[in-house]
Amino acid sequence: MQSSLCAGSAGVGVGRAAAPTAQRSMLFKRPIFVGTAKELGLKPASAIARKSKQSRAQTIRVEASGSAAALPWQAAMSEIKKRRDINTIMIIGAGPIVIGQACEFDYSGTQACKSLKKEGYRVILLNSNPATIMTDPGMADRTYVGPMTPELAEQILAKERPDAILPTMGGQTGLNLAKTLAERGILAKYGIELIGAKLPSIDRAEDRELFKQSMTRIGLKCAKSATANTLEEALVIAQDIGKYPIIIRPAFTLGGTGGGIAYNIDELKEIVSGGLQASMTSQVLVEQSLLGWKEFELEVMRDLNDNVMIVCSIENVDPMGVHTGDSITVAPSQTLTDKELQRLRDASIAIIREMGVECGGSNVQMAVNPEDGEMVIIEMNPRVSRSSALASKATGFPIAKMAAKLAVGYTLDQIANDITQKTPASFEPSIDYVVTKVPRFAFEKFPGSKAELTTMMKSVGETMAMGRTWQESVQKALRGMETGLDGWGLPKGYKRLPKDQLMYKLRVPNPDRIFILYQAMEEGLTNEELFELTKIDPWWLAQLRELYDVSLWLKEHKLKDISAEDMTWVKQKGFSDSQIARYTGSDLMEVRAYRKSLGVEPSYKRVDTCAAEFDANTPYMYSTYDGNTEVASTKERKVLILGGGPNRIGQGIEFDYCCCHASFSLRKQGFETIMMNCNPETVSTDYDTSTRLYFEPITVEDVLNVIEAERPEGVIVQFGGQTPLKIAMDLDKALKANPIPAASGNGNVRIWGTSPDSIDIAEDRDRWMEVLTKLNIRQPAGGSARSEKEAFDKANALGYPVMIRPSYVLGGRAMEILYNNDDLKRYVTFAVEVDPERPVLVDKYLDRAVELDVDALCDVEGNVTIAGVMEHIEQAGIHSGDSACSLPTQSIKPEVLKTIREWTVAVAKELKVVGLINIQFAVQDDVPYIIEANPRASRTVPFVAKAVGHPIAKYASLLMSGKTLKEIGFTEEPIPPHVAVKEVVLPFNKFPGADTLLGPEMRSTGEVMGIDKDFAAAFAKAQIAAGQKLPKTGKVFVSMADKYKPDIIEIARNLGNLGFGLVATTGTALALRNAGVPCEQVFKIQEGRPNPADLMKNGEVTLMMMTSGGDEADLRDGKELRRLALQLSIPTVTTVAGARATTAALRAMRAGPLVQIPLQDFFPNYYDDSLELMLK
Amino acid sequence: MMLKQGVQRTIAAGATQSTRSCVVDAHAQTSSRQVIAPFAPRTSGKAACQGSARSAASVSGGRARSLVVRAAASASPFPKRNARLVLEDGSVWHATAFGATGTQIGEVVFNTSLSGYQEIMTDPSYKGQFVAFTCPHIGNVGINPEDMESTQCHLGAIIVRDLSCVVSNYRSRMTLDEYCKKENVIGLANVDTRALTKVLRETGCLVGVVTTDASKTDAELVTMAKGWTIVGKDLLSVVSCTEPYEWGKGTSDEWEFNPRVKLSKQHGPFHVVAYDFGIKTNILRRLASFGCRITVVPATYPASEVLKMNPDGVFFSNGPGDPSAAPYAVDNAKAILGKKPVFGICMGHQVLGQAFGGKTFKLKFGHHGGNHPIRYMPTGRVEISAQNHNFAVDPSTLPPGVEVTHINLNDGTCAGMVFKEKKAMTIQYHPEASPGPHDADVCFEQFVDMMRAEKAAHASA
Repeated sequence: MQSSLCAGSAGVGVGRAAAPTAQRSMLFKRPIFVGTAKELGLKPASAIARKSKQSRAQTIRVEASGSAAALPWQAAMSEIKKRRDINTIMIIGAGPIVIGQACEFDYSGTQACKSLKKEGYRVILLNSNPATIMTDPGMADRTYVGPMTPELAEQILAKERPDAILPTMGGQTGLNLAKTLAERGILAKYGIELIGAKLPSIDRAEDRELFKQSMTRIGLKCAKSATANTLEEALVIAQDIGKYPIIIRPAFTLGGTGGGIAYNIDELKEIVSGGLQASMTSQVLVEQSLLGWKEFELEVMRDLNDNVMIVCSIENVDPMGVHTGDSITVAPSQTLTDKELQRLRDASIAIIREMGVECGGSNVQMAVNPEDGEMVIIEMNPRVSRSSALASKATGFPIAKMAAKLAVGYTLDQIANDITQKTPASFEPSIDYVVTKVPRFAFEKFPGSKAELTTMMKSVGETMAMGRTWQESVQKALRGMETGLDGWGLPKGYKRLPKDQLMYKLRVPNPDRIFILYQAMEEGLTNEELFELTKIDPWWLAQLRELYDVSLWLKEHKLKDISAEDMTWVKQKGFSDSQIARYTGSDLMEVRAYRKSLGVEPSYKRVDTCAAEFDANTPYMYSTYDGNTEVASTKERKVLILGGGPNRIGQGIEFDYCCCHASFSLRKQGFETIMMNCNPETVSTDYDTSTRLYFEPITVEDVLNVIEAERPEGVIVQFGGQTPLKIAMDLDKALKANPIPAASGNGNVRIWGTSPDSIDIAEDRDRWMEVLTKLNIRQPAGGSARSEKEAFDKANALGYPVMIRPSYVLGGRAMEILYNNDDLKRYVTFAVEVDPERPVLVDKYLDRAVELDVDALCDVEGNVTIAGVMEHIEQAGIHSGDSACSLPTQSIKPEVLKTIREWTVAVAKELKVVGLINIQFAVQDDVPYIIEANPRASRTVPFVAKAVGHPIAKYASLLMSGKTLKEIGFTEEPIPPHVAVKEVVLPFNKFPGADTLLGPEMRSTGEVMGIDKDFAAAFAKAQIAAGQKLPKTGKVFVSMADKYKPDIIEIARNLGNLGFGLVATTGTALALRNAGVPCEQVFKIQEGRPNPADLMKNGEVTLMMMTSGGDEADLRDGKELRRLALQLSIPTVTTVAGARATTAALRAMRAGPLVQIPLQDFFPNYYDDSLELMLK
Repeated sequence: MMLKQGVQRTIAAGATQSTRSCVVDAHAQTSSRQVIAPFAPRTSGKAACQGSARSAASVSGGRARSLVVRAAASASPFPKRNARLVLEDGSVWHATAFGATGTQIGEVVFNTSLSGYQEIMTDPSYKGQFVAFTCPHIGNVGINPEDMESTQCHLGAIIVRDLSCVVSNYRSRMTLDEYCKKENVIGLANVDTRALTKVLRETGCLVGVVTTDASKTDAELVTMAKGWTIVGKDLLSVVSCTEPYEWGKGTSDEWEFNPRVKLSKQHGPFHVVAYDFGIKTNILRRLASFGCRITVVPATYPASEVLKMNPDGVFFSNGPGDPSAAPYAVDNAKAILGKKPVFGICMGHQVLGQAFGGKTFKLKFGHHGGNHPIRYMPTGRVEISAQNHNFAVDPSTLPPGVEVTHINLNDGTCAGMVFKEKKAMTIQYHPEASPGPHDADVCFEQFVDMMRAEKAAHASA
């Protein structure tokens, strides 16, 4: 068995972790962490007395519920064989958000928790990601937010003794962990059963060779390929295939990490080497390329009675060669005849049976040759996936919820169709609209990596949109992206490509391909030419061509010349008011007013799984411009919650968490909650979460439309991150200009919580300065510059280093620390244009300062309660989103904390915050400075909630609804007796060529939490959870910039005392020896051999601590070493504070075993009544 | 490469008639794969903007931007609503015409299938009906010669949300618009078929009139609709063949999906006489694939003549309309029952149901789609099925000995029966699929097994 070679490695896939070498994984073969909560003096986990196994599948009779006559399918129902021999089920989550594995697994996991709890099972949850809804205490009976290594998972199994594990809800991470636990005999040891997917089917789907054999057995074709365990083998196979390009796919990785397309032998060598490293089993598949073929996906479900059904067929607009996660995809498929579609369906059914997925959902991907219809199977996933989340949202069929029920013995015909309630779930959804998913990318954050799309998934998020036609849905999806597009067309500030580049970009898939097509049409390229270049099916091109023609027609018209009928056509084709305004030279609100005067208004249709065949009361709506609206608007008290849109770096699952809590808690308060969002991965877009769901882009136009249709009392903009905030001012203006009476009769529709004006104060540099001056609060010297000259003057007046960034950004976009005029020159020349319209902010950079994050809650009466104060582990200058942090603080003096608390209260009061505010401070030499304030929910909210054991997002919603802090009983800052540490995961392994050094621009995709009674243990847990393979032995390579050399001495000495060898290059070595710390000296890369890279490759160096000097040499050598460390998964620390914390963690791990403790033990009194409502 | 083979034509706005002649032999196997240009312009009004704009762009190459703009601006890019559907409830649905012109009357039904409009259009069971497709994009894959379910279109009109502006499929030989013209089917596009479906769902099937004739008033059309009904109309003899013919061709190897077909081929052949009430070609193909040689006979063919042929089994096909309107079919079935193994699908199921002594009734809005769950009672397994019928057999009227083997889980109606002593089996839906899932293909095997057992019994007797 190949994989047993590396069985020692963690199954957790996270950003920093690539495949470990066999040698390092040996370290983890021993279960090094044992112990109990009791030993730590904590409330012990209440172990449930294990009942002896009764006969399997004890059958029970269903009783028709209530007095109502049984429905047809119930009358004909087979005997329910619900598992009664199982009491406790463990669900494994997906861990931190990484590229290829985002909040869709929170959605599936939450659904699984909910449905299993409703079925009466005791649910144990393991997930290291604190930002998830599923890890809220209350969703499961025992919630473990901590590392997901096999060793630490075994600890939980030993303690909780679950009867079964449901491994199919946590993506590849969950599946890999379950697989490892099974292979090591741990499941057998405790008598635990895998439900949903058994080990053999996991193996068959994951191992390329086994998969191909299975396909051959059932007469299906796979691409010509073979697996290689070495580079030499790969070259032989490539020769066998005989034709480039050749695809390389590593086994057991997420989102195709380490894979790629090789057009020549050099690329082949490079990609294969990377792929072998990335694969858990050091195995890659070398495969014939199907570039240019059409790609399809089918979502299949099977139950224990062997009933199989297809939930959805999905067609990729992008041809083969682009990872399906990076492709624009459409449901249902559009360019297949019934014969061809049924061929795919038959194949999917044969596959799920052959693979032995006994029940649950699977996803089958196939390629079809557009020239002769030949079908080739690409892969299948024996679990819920991102595509199944998409299919669930696209059709209204809740795959994960069903999969959980099937796993405990129900069959599809025994479950009601969630939507119609009158028909069974054993049917295939029929949809009468078109769904389009568009991925969102973040290449701009990873300079050095090529912005091209391949078989390795690189997108960080996605939007989905529904329309009655594809044109409408694709336009809606694109305007929901928030990438400057208001539909299909050229984005704001688009730089036209010269012809040669245009042709290249049409030929090579890239993130901008969709609107590059628009430029190509403007340049006069025909659809035939575009097809030859892009291989995008002519059907899609023709649809886009129609849109292009309409845009030309619009450009030739004045707004007032458009008739009502033509306006209807334009809107039916998905054009936004903003597009119409741009093309006709008017303004968005003008278009809106004119359009409404013509009587052209959106109608809302229901998602009902059956194309209107049956009556459905699904609270799931989308807008279109087909006349007949299906909203049955109520006169209840209602509140509209605006979601966060597509995930991106800097804005993700945390905001979904907040929106969901707002919805849960306000529903509990008796409001009808209306959710509006366009991100298919989220819990907030589950139609169960809110009273009604509008799957719509978050733009001024779309939000106003929903407001007019529903007329809620309040609109919540502060929970969805920057997305709704950006439009808050416009919404406010529109609502004030044309007040809309609320449907409940309770006043007019208004924005709840902190006023958009206050939000603007915090965003607008000048107004913000005024407030600080008034409150006498210190901030780093600085100001805004409206020209290049001004920027130079400011920087020189302040003195370098300075921090520079464009105003109005999130996630530290284009934020940099500059050390001299040359840096600034480069910045204003290449990075950001400076002009009076777009000023940049120049601030004095607080060198070696500590940064703090404070979250606070405020009520309408002006009372403020701080929810949590977090200390960042990386120093100020590293984006707060990329920094690990600790709650409570570890090194801040009480008087400094006192000042910070006072300032927090003062700012919150001054801004008249109602709800949440997040403020960032920096402390330099015990002097605090305020950095910025965000009067909204921040990304730290879920972490704080789990660290202090209070549902603060819920509190904030209640405050916005008018309750006071006193009424909700949260008047004192909770100071926990334990320590919670957040650590982030970074996607560097997806972006070859990018430096891994942290900086002011946020690049992390997700986070994990470690919680324990002291900092060192909590930090160690967080590190392990983040995939850092903290070593127990070996050598530490230390390289510090001069200014940090004094700081490193103590750290190095401690490492030495822990038994680690030290290795350093000349400068650092000298400093260490001078301080009496012995160390081994190596050459810098340009000096000679052996150099640090040699020691790393030999496995001698097991930890690297290296700061950047910011100079040329570092950019060259340092980057190379950091990338090497990433490749070898050697943990790398790039800041002094991080080095200090890591050393403490190593000491903690040496001192005693780490113990997994469930959140319920930390917060025995935690109770969330609104969650209770959701579980009913 | 398909694009190069394509014919590049440009048609000015308003051009109406396609002159492309395309002979379609429904049962012909194709060897050469010539493909219609994916960009073949449509001849409907909707094509106007593309016609002009695209031709300008392609003729003048890369530097034609201003020209393109002018060309586009000169023509309205939007189609006219130049056709109507009027329902007997008085509602009027404005639409864009494509396909044939004129006025037609029929029963309006919806179909929720996501694929297979061509198979649906050529299914004779839709005689006398108009089909409204809930799937919004229709016409995407054009029309090909292989997927015909009969030699012509029997329905009077199709109603779609969006007629595809282009065809993209390697097998396509003509556009949907061209096909509708050829088959004299009126096409209505840009209708909110979801809203229409909701009306049909709530009030039941309605009679409607479609017209491209602007001179007729709405009121006239409503009166027309009110004066017509499908109930009691014998449509079977209208769509049936007039002379018996032989059929022996199974599903082609390219499209064969059942791995057990090869095995059964070794056993046959069985001779089956099939009553053509409007038989779908795929039923013949599936029977042939399982080793049957079929003699297709007209709907009114006397039972005595059938029995004279001494077949191994008799098949009663699907067909349009009301089973009660074809008493001769029931009489023939009665005469054959018990003498030979029989199998009935759809109309055949209803005819046999009546022959057993049961009654049929009209469903409120029928079953038309590709996603209905059916429970096969003996195993409890669920099949996803293709459905197209408006009438159903009332199980409470069936004599003892008839076992209801299949149940439609959506509404509990009888979806299949076995009458063991009479060696009869029936299926209400479409095991031959086309369009739809292949889950119920096993029915054909069961019929063949029944014939085999009968043969064996005779051999040993």
